[in-house]
Amino acid sequence: MMTSLRVPNRQGHFGPFGGKFVPETLMAALDELEQAFAKAKRDPGFRRELRGYLADYAGRPTPLYQAKRLGRALGGLRVYLKREDLLHTGAHKINNTIGQALLAVRMGKRRVIAETGAGQHGVATATVAALFGLACEVFMGEKDMRRQALNVVRMRLLGATVRPVSSGTKTLKDACNEAIRDWVTNVRTTHYCLGSVVGPHPYPMMVRDFQAVIGREARRQILKAEGRLPDYLVACVGGGSNAIGLFHPFVEDRQVRFIGVEAAGRGLRPGQHAATLAKGSVGVLHGTRSLILQDRHGQILDTRSIAAGLDYPGVGPEHAYYQQIGRARYAAVSDALALQGCALLAHTEGIIPALEPAHAIGYLIRHARRLPRRSVVILGLSGRGDKDVDVIARHV
Amino acid sequence: MSLRATFERLRRTHRKALIPFIMGGDPRPTVTASLLLALAEAGADVLEVGIPFSDPLADGPTIQRASQRALHAGTTPAAVLDIVGAVARRTAVPIVVLSYWNPILRYGAGRFVRAACQSGAGGIIVPDLPPEEAGPFRHAAGLAGIATIFLAAPTSPPPRLRSIARAAEGFIYYVSVTGTTGARDRLPGEWLQGVRQLKRLTTKPVCVGFGISTPSQAASVARVADGVIVGSALIRELEGAAPRAAVKRASAFVRRLRKAV
Repeated sequence: MMTSLRVPNRQGHFGPFGGKFVPETLMAALDELEQAFAKAKRDPGFRRELRGYLADYAGRPTPLYQAKRLGRALGGLRVYLKREDLLHTGAHKINNTIGQALLAVRMGKRRVIAETGAGQHGVATATVAALFGLACEVFMGEKDMRRQALNVVRMRLLGATVRPVSSGTKTLKDACNEAIRDWVTNVRTTHYCLGSVVGPHPYPMMVRDFQAVIGREARRQILKAEGRLPDYLVACVGGGSNAIGLFHPFVEDRQVRFIGVEAAGRGLRPGQHAATLAKGSVGVLHGTRSLILQDRHGQILDTRSIAAGLDYPGVGPEHAYYQQIGRARYAAVSDALALQGCALLAHTEGIIPALEPAHAIGYLIRHARRLPRRSVVILGLSGRGDKDVDVIARHV
Repeated sequence: MSLRATFERLRRTHRKALIPFIMGGDPRPTVTASLLLALAEAGADVLEVGIPFSDPLADGPTIQRASQRALHAGTTPAAVLDIVGAVARRTAVPIVVLSYWNPILRYGAGRFVRAACQSGAGGIIVPDLPPEEAGPFRHAAGLAGIATIFLAAPTSPPPRLRSIARAAEGFIYYVSVTGTTGARDRLPGEWLQGVRQLKRLTTKPVCVGFGISTPSQAASVARVADGVIVGSALIRELEGAAPRAAVKRASAFVRRLRKAV
């Protein structure tokens, strides 16, 4: 059976997932954003401006680097790293925030807000706010502020206000709640710069389209390097923006297999992990229908991951859809294996990855044996590890 | 009495609806029924009771705390519907249930509306289910004989107000402020224009909530709208009180509002 890969539809639905489940106060703003984005996409001036900032400010294109020593250590795979860690601010998040900041300016919104887990999206938002002269407030769980203290300093240095969130689990989920509450209150003057492919339509589609530059470049680069398409794309999935950005331009290349890697934390027991696609059920969180981690009464469960950027009980609706139709497979990797992945890449290639993409490397450590030898693998190296050295030091 | 009959009676007698809101199970499920009955006795025209949710993103700190206390006490959607059933057997005042969408989805939307109807609820408010996504739910609620109450906001442009007015059943819940729930000392004037606009579009009752905390605010809203919804201010009044004192305070608070509306 052919299943549609042209998603979302006009209502923002990815099959049974996606949509807009927000308070009425926000509905008009979502319509406005959808229209502004549609108009910008058609506007050569917008595309030129976006391309310019991505190239000259953020540092695109990023290299596709063949990690030969890593590949040998993994038993003979041909592993390529898509080096989003080399971007300005140190992660893929800036691809999206530049796009959204340009839109905010076009919509006449002079204030941006954001949620952040690991702090990478917060830093990327604070960065573009400084670049375009916008006021910026970033909501961050208190627990995350402690474990990613370096990024808090960076955001403040960039002129943003960091608002500690002490409700609930004090992590990304609660930061999202507070950002949405702020947006409900200040929606007329404020653009909500959401950092992942989650939230109400048009965010999952719009953030994907801004991040798809990763996969478009990688596709061109691998064709040049190998003369053929890759066998596997592997990327970590929290909300799933770097993974969808890498996957999406290959979506109709059905021979290219997608593997998303979630956080198994301390093991797949309730409250101990963030493996939403593995253990979640259908629900609505933060404005979108997707898979979520919930109890039998529909209350959202706590999550746990060593990687703050994966510590989220939901996942982008497009990933839920890809899993349902079998276009992508998802696996879960524990904290311990992610730390091994981090060490392996550091030792073999001299690259210290963030703990989030370290999960994708962890996946290869565990499963490389089962992949055909000499398989061509592109691994989304979504961010660099500087922000995590404190956490790593405590565990090693 | 049904919601419709209640609003017809109010219209005939030129009175406005007073609609207090409390969170089901706050601070414990055992207290909620007697609180609701006290509110009815003190003069409420409609009772609104919430199902607690872990991530109530339209709510300010007061209702967030109430949800947390209720969840902490083990309150489930089924427990709130049981409470509604117990109250509906002892008062003719109609009851509407407020729940975020996820607990209803998890319960099963069809099963939920049937259970709500059996318990005697007359309407359901889902703050994160706009008309665009509500089609199947409205249909199921309609079959079960329950009104789906939609919200309208100061940011809703005229075409949305029209479609909300068309879709609305029972009454239209007009959100008075661009923001989350929570008592405010002063209401910005934006609600006035919005309510007048809605009243020109529809003959359905328009009730105003969010931010209303004092009898004088309630009085000024009631001059224009068909009803006044008071939640956070009432919950704040009860916070920390022992059950018997809470019942007393709740009824005194609603009596004061009743005099003003």
